[in-house]
Amino acid sequence: MSERPPLAAVAVLSAAALAYELLLLRLFAIIQWHLFAYLAISVALLGIGAAGSLVTLARRRLLAAWRRNFVLAATGFAIAAVACFAVAERLPFNALEIAWNPRQFAVLAAIYVLLFLPFLSAATALCIAYSRFGGAIAQLYGADILGAGVGSLGLLAALFLLHPAETLRLICGLGLAAAAIAAWPASRRLGSTLGLLALAGPWLLPAAAIELVSSDYKDLSQALRVKEARVLAQRVSPLGVVTVVASPLVPLRHAPGLSLNAGDGPPAQLGLFIDGQTAGAVTRFDGALAPLAYLTHTTAALPYRLLQRPRVLVLGAGAGSDVLQAMAHGARWVDAVEANSQITGLVQEELADFSGRPYSRPDVHLHAAEARGFIAASRDDFDLIQLALVDAFGVSAAGLGALNESHLYTVEALDAYLQRLAPGGLLAITRWVSLPPRDSLRLFATAIAALERRGVAEPGRSLVMVRGWNTATLMLKNGAFSAAEIAAVRSFCRQHSFDIVHVHGIAAAEANLYNVQERDDFFDGTRALLGPARQDFLDRYKFELTPATDDRPYFFHFFKWWTLPELLDLRSRGALPPLDWGYPVLIMALCQAVTVSLLLILLPLALADTRLAFGAAPTALRRRVPVYFLALGLGFMAIEIPFLQRFSLFLSHPLYAAAVVLASFLVFAGLGARFSARLAPGTRWPFVAIAGIALLYVVVLPPLLAALMGLAQAWKILLTVLLVAPLAFCLGMPFPLGLAAVAGRAAALVPWAWGINGFASVVATLLATLLAIHWGQSLVVVAAVLLYGIAAWQFPQQAPGDAPGPA
Amino acid sequence: MPMQCWQTSCRWLAVALALLSALAVAADDGMSTERRAMVATVAAMARDFRAGGIDARVLAALERLPRHEFVPAPLRASAYENRPLPVGYGQTISQPYIVAVMTDLLRVGAGDTALEIGTGSGYQAAVLAELGVKVSTIEIVEPLAREAAERLRRLGYGGIATRIGDGYHGWPEQGPFDAIMVTAAASHVPPPLLRQLKTGGRMVIPVGPPFQTQQLMLVEKRADGTLLTRQLMPVVFVPLTGGHD
Repeated sequence: MSERPPLAAVAVLSAAALAYELLLLRLFAIIQWHLFAYLAISVALLGIGAAGSLVTLARRRLLAAWRRNFVLAATGFAIAAVACFAVAERLPFNALEIAWNPRQFAVLAAIYVLLFLPFLSAATALCIAYSRFGGAIAQLYGADILGAGVGSLGLLAALFLLHPAETLRLICGLGLAAAAIAAWPASRRLGSTLGLLALAGPWLLPAAAIELVSSDYKDLSQALRVKEARVLAQRVSPLGVVTVVASPLVPLRHAPGLSLNAGDGPPAQLGLFIDGQTAGAVTRFDGALAPLAYLTHTTAALPYRLLQRPRVLVLGAGAGSDVLQAMAHGARWVDAVEANSQITGLVQEELADFSGRPYSRPDVHLHAAEARGFIAASRDDFDLIQLALVDAFGVSAAGLGALNESHLYTVEALDAYLQRLAPGGLLAITRWVSLPPRDSLRLFATAIAALERRGVAEPGRSLVMVRGWNTATLMLKNGAFSAAEIAAVRSFCRQHSFDIVHVHGIAAAEANLYNVQERDDFFDGTRALLGPARQDFLDRYKFELTPATDDRPYFFHFFKWWTLPELLDLRSRGALPPLDWGYPVLIMALCQAVTVSLLLILLPLALADTRLAFGAAPTALRRRVPVYFLALGLGFMAIEIPFLQRFSLFLSHPLYAAAVVLASFLVFAGLGARFSARLAPGTRWPFVAIAGIALLYVVVLPPLLAALMGLAQAWKILLTVLLVAPLAFCLGMPFPLGLAAVAGRAAALVPWAWGINGFASVVATLLATLLAIHWGQSLVVVAAVLLYGIAAWQFPQQAPGDAPGPA
Repeated sequence: MPMQCWQTSCRWLAVALALLSALAVAADDGMSTERRAMVATVAAMARDFRAGGIDARVLAALERLPRHEFVPAPLRASAYENRPLPVGYGQTISQPYIVAVMTDLLRVGAGDTALEIGTGSGYQAAVLAELGVKVSTIEIVEPLAREAAERLRRLGYGGIATRIGDGYHGWPEQGPFDAIMVTAAASHVPPPLLRQLKTGGRMVIPVGPPFQTQQLMLVEKRADGTLLTRQLMPVVFVPLTGGHD
């Protein structure tokens, strides 16, 4: 019987497990949308580390029939990946109710357990392979990480072709294929049977087994509940499932920010949903401008009052309502930028008769690009740059996007937009109104910072902000607003009953006239931000309003710790406080991950059998193993995540970024792992190289990438690969070097070390986000370098004078 | 100040009398204790968060209404907890405190007319009917509308006019209205509804995702026909404290 390491099976299983992890994020985005789903997945990933503890505890039994157990675990993954998700999505979990109903936590816990099982199964198989073939760890790790890279790329490709639910079949098939490959050398019959099952089985699953059960509270579920409402068209891509709904009996109507004085609402519209949440509407357009009159009655229409036949750049054009608005106002030319080609494709093709193909008008030019990338590459000057309601209200209102990086609203972003304005041009950003004011004030603070960065001495003269009851629009001018323009703003607000938040020279009596608030925190806030006590205001305000930067791109994170007692007090008095959920959920996830990790890392030490096996290892090694693998697990992710984000901004398009950066990291780390087999045990230079390159990149990358953002996409991809390669190559070495050293001296510690690294990776993902929110991404990398320093110091080899452990 | 003390005492006396009278008329359905406790909680919250508290008539209406009849059977035990509950079809019955505040904001009384967009379970319509208001209510989700209509009829609120369909155009045949409540989320206030609001009339719109009412918008139509909106938060959370005031 062949006893070669099952490299192919490891690669395929690793690809399946990583693809499953990414797919779960997509699936939960569709059926739920709440961060609690993210919480469940982060806990489920602990299954990977838990496999290390499991193999540690049952090492002898599992390794005695390693192949059979590998096959069983891989098959278990294939079944659990489909079955556990099917059960989990049918549990009556309602994330929205969790603040009111503690019983929802019990349901959430059941989801944790269910999603934990597939990862535990897959990782158990992988850990068995590592433990059985201690001499081939470099090759195994290379196959593992290469598989993960191919899995992530493969999933992206699959999501272009298949609905995410159908993709579950692929994952199941890959799991069975891994089992088949592992079984083949020992049993051709079993291998063939599993192989046939891998090819045919997943496709024989009934549709009901992979049917997505969406929350009743998602916008799409609600829209389809209306009599005769139906899905008219749908397109899928890794960016989301785009669904268009027609409702002939009760028309859908979407006109955010519409003045109460507007005589008419919108003409016929089709509902547009991304992952089941409202993402605007497709408006009927036959070339006649009169039905678009409603678009002149929104806060976003303000800049058109100040400009004559402008050249307009619409960022985040979506289904085209901002383009129609520009046309309704007589724009002479419109450049529309939209990253999600599925939306523009639907508007231009399937819905062409209804939409009137707005992007094909002679005076409109569509660009399939992301805002920052387009702006960096553009050499044109615009009279108006529009950025209106790019994120959905539900997400904005519930603070669900708090952990998402957004490079749209950073100081650097606003600076870049301003650079592309013609003299006297306007940048207009419209956002939903949230109370108490959060994002509007933060945007104002960010605008001040961007203007000051450009040397504008009196930013208040270049800023105008108005608000209606549910939208607010901020305008930045390339120059100072003239008295005539300010008069036009006043007239516009009077006509539409919008309130002026800021114009130069505003008196308190002019504010808070139409949409009256008990205290006008918008007006007070903008006064304070423009005045000498800005820092004091930022410190005392109960929400975080400090301008977001490219290094800390967390525009939607508003939570401040010191408000917690007041929020808890409100809750104790029956009120639901204005809490943005993202940050507290991150803290919960981190606490859970740390607790579960510690318990499962310490469990083997508490049991007599494993204590005995561990006892055979030298004392110093037993101390060094947890420190080394903890530091590596934390350090790897703490370097990878900030650089992923930095390069994502550089590549601009979210898909290119995910594909190129992730694949480069994993492929070169895999090559590094293979290369490490040639290095002498205890080699330290990879640690020095990691520290040197990472620190160099912290200093050099931000200005370098900013300067080169305007390059053609092909050059940017090449440059990204070249920059990622040396760092990832070195990052791939310490883990196999360390694990091989452990395997050579105390094989019983291998699965434990592997598990510790797995736990640390999950904790690090959460911790890196938390620290990046507070410190910025650069300091997270510095912390990672320190961790690699600790790892180098605690490398698991015998130091002079180390005593062997008791036999 | 003595005058303020006197006013406060009068208000408390009125609340107490209203509660007592409500107690007398409430049907003995075995839930009166829970109902009383719920109203006490709502009144306590109103004292904490609203300068003027809540009209005693509104509290009395809540005390009379069998809220457990408006929630799905499995949730009846939770019907008098001060929290929103799911009622099926992706809809909720609002937190009793929010119902009280919204009703209070409408400032309606006997003989007034009210339009509700989004019947839901019918609870809000019944609260208004308890105040002697002539209520018309429209629900877009057909099964929900049928269930609510049947429930309202069974509980003796047959005077409430119910309709299945699109609330966007209001119900001109029943209007104009002294009060309009738009409990179904909307990206904008439908212009036809504003036209059906009487001069001096009030419209209330809760804003926020399900289970999370974050602000209440109150629209008032002034004598000259112009509209004034007030944006109110149901709870007091002043973003700036200390030294700012």
